Amino acid sequence: MSVRCDNNLVRTVALAGNPNVGKSTLFNLLTGMHQHTGNWTGKTVGTATGECKRKDKVIRLIDLPGTYSLNSHSEEEEIAKIYIESGEADEVAVVCDATCLERNLILVLQILAITSSVIVCVNLLDEARKKGIKVDTKALSKILGVPVFGISARKKDGTDALVEYFLNEKEEYNPIIVEEDVVKQAEQISKQCVIYKKSDYTFRDRHIDRILTSKVFGFPIMFILLAIIFWITIEGANYPSKLLSNLLFAFESELMGFFNLINAPVWLSGMLVHGVYRTVAWVVSVMLPPMAIFFPLFTLLEDFGYLPRVAFNLDKCFGKCGACGKQALTM
Amino acid sequence: MNREAVLSSLGIGEVLKISHVDGEEAIRQRLYDIGMVNGTVVKCIAVSPLGDPRAYEIRGAVIALRKKDAANIYGITVETENSSEVIP
Repeated sequence: MSVRCDNNLVRTVALAGNPNVGKSTLFNLLTGMHQHTGNWTGKTVGTATGECKRKDKVIRLIDLPGTYSLNSHSEEEEIAKIYIESGEADEVAVVCDATCLERNLILVLQILAITSSVIVCVNLLDEARKKGIKVDTKALSKILGVPVFGISARKKDGTDALVEYFLNEKEEYNPIIVEEDVVKQAEQISKQCVIYKKSDYTFRDRHIDRILTSKVFGFPIMFILLAIIFWITIEGANYPSKLLSNLLFAFESELMGFFNLINAPVWLSGMLVHGVYRTVAWVVSVMLPPMAIFFPLFTLLEDFGYLPRVAFNLDKCFGKCGACGKQALTM
Repeated sequence: MNREAVLSSLGIGEVLKISHVDGEEAIRQRLYDIGMVNGTVVKCIAVSPLGDPRAYEIRGAVIALRKKDAANIYGITVETENSSEVIP
């Protein structure tokens, strides 16, 4: 499709990993693109392609959909599996969540069974540290026999080393032999390179979760939060709306004056000014302020991780009409 | 007191050691992929306000399962230090 000279293309790297481990965040960071990242499963359906330019070299990055495995034959997994098997990518970078490395290792092993050109990026190290989880990336690299990078994509920690690695010559790896029972193997590997310290962070997390999803408070909290957001949006949008409409409609008479000045026929000035301009002015002054307020507020909820809880609370209602709780978020 | 139980019947704070995973091939494979295999210890950590789905902690990760899916997983309950705070 792209007819361009890629003389400087160093290599093609596919990003794979479980859903919601920060693949898209890393992809956006490296490519400077703005693919929407979200705090729920299945943001990436299909693959996104981007380029990471450093000096005169180009690395092509492919963002594969997030999957727990390559064997369950869902659409996302088929896409990821076919792509990895095709060998189109010089390397597959498996992005892992440091806070639950063991589950992520299941996918790492499944990918290692297909190709030996794998590197592992252990992401969310900052989050893991807060939870008292320490991942020994050196030990992990030794066991897996492939390079392992510890990163915090959100804080841009460790990503430079990753890019530096991509820019240089590819090394030959000597990866671990994948056993039949990958779950057990992942468990054993995880035991050797993850250290859990006592922390009340998880406990506090659980406590908040229990309130947010409780029978008594779950729905009221949800409706109150939504009501607050709508209230702020509607109330807050009034002033900029009024300002915008005053400004735009003041300009309308100027515009009409201009058309009279150049002796434009009435049908033309009527159509352009009273038709096109007035409509656009109305739409902009009514729609723009609420959107500029609503979406940032919604993003805030997303960043707090509240949206997956909404999906969790509403799943049964949506299940009744054959949908799934995740769809609450698109509504 | 340890008893035989199905995962979907667990209340908040209760822990199950998996002994058998039932169901169709597709769902068994899904459950395997998230690490639901024999011998794995799973803890129920949240129940949706309508009772379904429930959230479970497994291998350090939290995952929500619907009742019909969790009903495929059988095991034996395990006593924990803070099992006094079990909410059915």
